[in-house]
Amino acid sequence: MNIQFRERPEGASSVAAKTAIADCDIHPARATKTELYPYLAKRWHTHLETYDKHPYQGMMEGPPYPKAQPNASRRDAYPPEGGPQGSSLSFMQKQHLDPNNVVLGVLNPLNTGQGIRNHDLAAAICSAINDWQIEKWTSKDSRLKGSIVVANEDGVTAAAEIRKRAGDKNFVQVLLLSRNVEPLGQRRYWPIYQAAEEAGLPVGIHAFGFGGNPITASGWPSFYIEEMVGHSQCQQTALASLVLEGVFERHPTLKMIMIEAGFGWAPSLAWRLDKTFERLHSEVPHLKRKPSEYIRDHIFWTTQPMEDPERRDHLLQLIDWIGWDKLLFATDYPHWDFDDPSRVLPPGVSDANRDAFYLGNARKLYGLA
Amino acid sequence: MARHVIAPVDELPPGTRKFITIDERPIAIFNVKGEFFGLLNRCPHQGAALCEGPLIGLAQSSDPGKIEYTKLGEIIRCPWHGWEFDIRTGQSYCDPRRFRAKAYPVNIEPGAAVVKGPYIAETIAVSVESDYVVVDL
Amino acid sequence: MTSPIAGGVDCDLHPAVPHLTSLLPYLNDYWRDQVTTRGMTDLVSQSYPSNSPITARPDWRPSQGKPGSSLEDMRKQALDPFKVSHAICNPLYGVQMVFSEDMQDAFCRALNDWLAREWLDKDERLRGSIVIPVQSVEKSVAEIERCAKDKRFVQVLMLVMGDMPLGKRAYWPIYAAAERLGLPIGVHAGSNYHNPPTSVGWGSYHIEDYVAQAQAFQTQLTSLIVEGVFARHPKLNMVMLESGFTWLPPFLWRLHKFWRGIRMETPWVDRAPLEIVRSNIRFSLQPVDAPPDPETLNRLFDHMQSDELLLFSTDYPHWQFEGDRALPEGLSSDLVRKIMIDNPHATYGRLKEPVIKETTL
Repeated sequence: MNIQFRERPEGASSVAAKTAIADCDIHPARATKTELYPYLAKRWHTHLETYDKHPYQGMMEGPPYPKAQPNASRRDAYPPEGGPQGSSLSFMQKQHLDPNNVVLGVLNPLNTGQGIRNHDLAAAICSAINDWQIEKWTSKDSRLKGSIVVANEDGVTAAAEIRKRAGDKNFVQVLLLSRNVEPLGQRRYWPIYQAAEEAGLPVGIHAFGFGGNPITASGWPSFYIEEMVGHSQCQQTALASLVLEGVFERHPTLKMIMIEAGFGWAPSLAWRLDKTFERLHSEVPHLKRKPSEYIRDHIFWTTQPMEDPERRDHLLQLIDWIGWDKLLFATDYPHWDFDDPSRVLPPGVSDANRDAFYLGNARKLYGLA
Repeated sequence: MARHVIAPVDELPPGTRKFITIDERPIAIFNVKGEFFGLLNRCPHQGAALCEGPLIGLAQSSDPGKIEYTKLGEIIRCPWHGWEFDIRTGQSYCDPRRFRAKAYPVNIEPGAAVVKGPYIAETIAVSVESDYVVVDL
Repeated sequence: MTSPIAGGVDCDLHPAVPHLTSLLPYLNDYWRDQVTTRGMTDLVSQSYPSNSPITARPDWRPSQGKPGSSLEDMRKQALDPFKVSHAICNPLYGVQMVFSEDMQDAFCRALNDWLAREWLDKDERLRGSIVIPVQSVEKSVAEIERCAKDKRFVQVLMLVMGDMPLGKRAYWPIYAAAERLGLPIGVHAGSNYHNPPTSVGWGSYHIEDYVAQAQAFQTQLTSLIVEGVFARHPKLNMVMLESGFTWLPPFLWRLHKFWRGIRMETPWVDRAPLEIVRSNIRFSLQPVDAPPDPETLNRLFDHMQSDELLLFSTDYPHWQFEGDRALPEGLSSDLVRKIMIDNPHATYGRLKEPVIKETTL
């Protein structure tokens, strides 16, 4: 008999069970195509059945870069009653929320109206998704909180949806994706930030989306791995746009969260922005502070996929730069590159930082302290 | 070492697998084209239920665009991060930088061109006696 | 301050074409007349607006004409002060923006001839990069073979933002030719604007485009590595020019993590991405997108796990540093020597070849 697997830290799973955590990136799914119908006007049922979704990329079934696992999800996350991964509240509770002691779970629905070229349809689906989040998820499990999904390319309609939901305790943030028709700092998106700040809500920017642009500045790459690694670059350019367009200068209390794009790139991006700003600041006189200062004051980061340098002390150096008060733990359940809460931090982290990382920062940011 | 009789051979036709727990250890037994192999159902990476993953072959390439595809049905992909493990030996196929050579009680495939990874999934010795699948633990 | 040492190699300078008319002597009759009869004036890329602060350091900006257009200035401002033995010229004239492959080919040939006659011929320290018409892979290979006969051409130049990711197989005949001739591929900051200059669309500002160069280098590195360019061409070197480099360690962590899980998609990548970078990829020194304190930068060198990656450059006449403070503070003299001398010579094999007049273009 051969025992040759890497030893797990002693009592790892019991540590996870005891430590209460916030999971700031959970992806709820619909069990069936028609699950959204109760929240959608009848004309859209027929429309969808006839014309389908018409997105900013060509494929109607499945993504242009096929995923590494079906539905980009863990294969052990199929609910026993059927349906895709993440579509069953009871199974999510059983497999994830309960055993991992998730006391706060932030829902980030994907496959919504975002990225759809028919802007009326986009708005209708987004609003339906928001109703669905309340009905199926947040009203049934008080640990779960929703994200206001908005028709991102139509700033006016998106702002109206935010105002409609403002003050509703079922929602803790507004959700956007990183790839849109234009970089997120562009003025077509400004009404969204205006409305979010008024409502006292942070805006989450989740990796993905399609806006019709090649996903690199030099055209379309060949492989799925390039898309996955490339979320880092797309998030960097989206954030640079937000900073350089002065979104944070105009909205001093607005917070944003970079979701599922990693955070290892943050220091070098901030250094490059500062150095270039020193040289070219006359082009952007609306900025009154250094770019890195806007990033420090306005940006939070979810941890998944956790940076995994060979030397664990490099990870701690990185987090020191970003700030232990800025990280929000996330698992990305039920996606395949799931980060297990018990294994994510190296040893040697102080209790105060550990508490902030796993729960404290999220509670504070989302006003649930 | 204790021997555990798992099931009659007929219950485990080629291409199937069976999940069992012996002494609180989760194990899966695979029938790969008539041969039996056992693996601990715990991925050495982050502890996922390794044996619930799909079976594929081993993709190797000495020239971009050309794939040599062998060992069909003998490579399991972990259901979480997709890491590939050889069911016969437990050998992983990733991250060659941290390769540690270890001796295994089963045959090592000669002339393997793919650089092997450091993680080894725990294999379980399986044999067939009188039409029964037997595990040595 | 870290002092430079004599005898080094400046791996990134930008001699400027004063005007499209400067290339007329190097065009054939047809193209000469096309340029004049169609009123083509200049090929200025918006990657470097002429009067933008980055385009020229104030004390390097001439009172007349484009920055970098005077050899005399280049000698006084870059070659002599840094006491270099060699300086590699990377022209950034906007020929890549042209859409017609025939026109692009004509301009590239003229540009390479102009560089040889008006720069390389006039200062023995100067070496050149072959600018290629990437609209046509076939014509690019022909131009590489033509210019490579002149041993003063030490590199092939491409832009980081082009029509396709650089790893795509359609480009591989270019890499085969370069590897065969012992020429590294220099990938330089800048766009041909055939795609939006960021991965999320068209931004508003020059500063936005300039910051985005770093992300473009990252996606190109991913492409080059996962497409297996270095599996097919193990002796090919590529140099990232004016790319920044402090983003490299976290970029490699992420690529490594995903490569482990999706290995089956690109099974020809049989070495860790960091190993491939260490063996085949280099970075010019400027701009140093550094943290404000030298200690953090030195820690970054530690993260990169190699002292062979950086090649000295001034990026003349671009404004990346003040005075002669091209080298970051706190570098050991060993590291200075590696950056200024050893690493460039290890990368550019042709630097050690003597220049024989008979084999010039």
